[in-house]
Amino acid sequence: MRIGVDRSRCIGAGMCALTAPEVFDQDTGDGRVLTLDAAPEGAAAEAARRAVGLCPSGALSEVPPTRENRDRT
Amino acid sequence: MSEPVHTLTTMPTERRPGCPFDPPPELADARRHSPISRFTFANGKPGWVVTGYDLVRSVLADTRFSSRKEFMRHHPTIDYGDIQVPPAPPGEFLLMDEPQHGRYRKPLVGKFTVRRMRQLAERVERITADRLDAMEQAGPPTDLVTAFAKPIPAIVICELLGVPYEDRDFFQDRIDTFLGGEVSDEVLTEAYTGVQAYLAELVAAKRANPTDDILSDLTDGDLTDEELKGMALILLTAGFDTTANMLALGTFALLENPAQLAALRADPGLVDGAVEELLRYLSVGAKFYRTALEDVELGGVTIGAGDPIVLSLSTANRDPEHFPEPDALDLRRRNGGHLAFSHGIHQCLGQQLARVELRVALPALFDRFPTLRLAVPADEVEVRPEAADIHGVKSLPVTWDV
Repeated sequence: MRIGVDRSRCIGAGMCALTAPEVFDQDTGDGRVLTLDAAPEGAAAEAARRAVGLCPSGALSEVPPTRENRDRT
Repeated sequence: MSEPVHTLTTMPTERRPGCPFDPPPELADARRHSPISRFTFANGKPGWVVTGYDLVRSVLADTRFSSRKEFMRHHPTIDYGDIQVPPAPPGEFLLMDEPQHGRYRKPLVGKFTVRRMRQLAERVERITADRLDAMEQAGPPTDLVTAFAKPIPAIVICELLGVPYEDRDFFQDRIDTFLGGEVSDEVLTEAYTGVQAYLAELVAAKRANPTDDILSDLTDGDLTDEELKGMALILLTAGFDTTANMLALGTFALLENPAQLAALRADPGLVDGAVEELLRYLSVGAKFYRTALEDVELGGVTIGAGDPIVLSLSTANRDPEHFPEPDALDLRRRNGGHLAFSHGIHQCLGQQLARVELRVALPALFDRFPTLRLAVPADEVEVRPEAADIHGVKSLPVTWDV
């Protein structure tokens, strides 16, 4: 899967870093999301999907696999 | 022809006796009818109560529903007439929308990350061990609220913010007063202004002589003393009361569910999931409020601009559409997404701190006192009235074998 991140919407709640620590971290300065793996697979992708669903601010999305949709976040 | 919308006639003021963990039955009944009900606020203003998981979550994430204090002119159970409410004081960002909310939240976010809070675990273990030592020395019985549940989060948040140790009792008392939901407006105002005055002095002291804490760090930016005072108030009240109630009520719930407690004792690996389940099951932040900024279609009804809305997080977290067998405490429950820390831009800033505190303190308590039990019958444990912002027990008498 591919992860879309809109850092401007991030409120730094940390749900993603908590839920999918292989995929997401938080910036040590501003606390907002950092993507460690923008295209996770297997168990990491499962966790990342959960994190997308839990994100409180809508900063995370799952990018559909087609190229023309890739910039839609 | 659409079905008539369900109406909640009376906002419950207490829980069913003997069911201190369950939302009031009237709200659970309302959810069984429909996820949103009409409800007339105490001053006659028509509004809404949202009780279902999906709708509560979508309102929390929708910026057309405002958190601004000046719109909160209607109370569900107290008729204040046609009052005007001033906007939230500078820094009290819980009752603000963007962009004001972000001005205050943003500089704090980096200080409450998952990583930073995990680094605090050892300190929380030490603080917890000290409280348990004190309990052991004093011997049974004891009130778990004053001996354990309150001091742990209080010490942690005071250390983080840089509140001197000797001032902590002062805070504890006043914050108890204004969050307890049981005093006159006069007493409440006095407690509130007392804390305000103290924080004003504290902010000035940190600006003059910065120390190694959050409040001192914040004096580095463009925030005024007035704003810092408001932010400190939010952090202290949130940090004191919510986790304290989770610790006490969580202990009570585990004691009342011995099979679950036994499972947790047998498998320490359960603790992270157990904490999430206790957060869902207990939902100490039971009700939140919003006001519609414009007309919004929601769940088959039209919410009018200016309509006040009660969001019942406690019933949303017991919604069978989202949580199978929602009224069972099941520490092995896997489906996440509880709303105990809210959702949307206001989702709890301190949630990672709360998780660390609960994950450390609850198992440590049961490890230290394997025979811990209630010292009174369960139905004699007094819970806070529903008017309190945060649900909890007033005291929790416990005992153990020595």
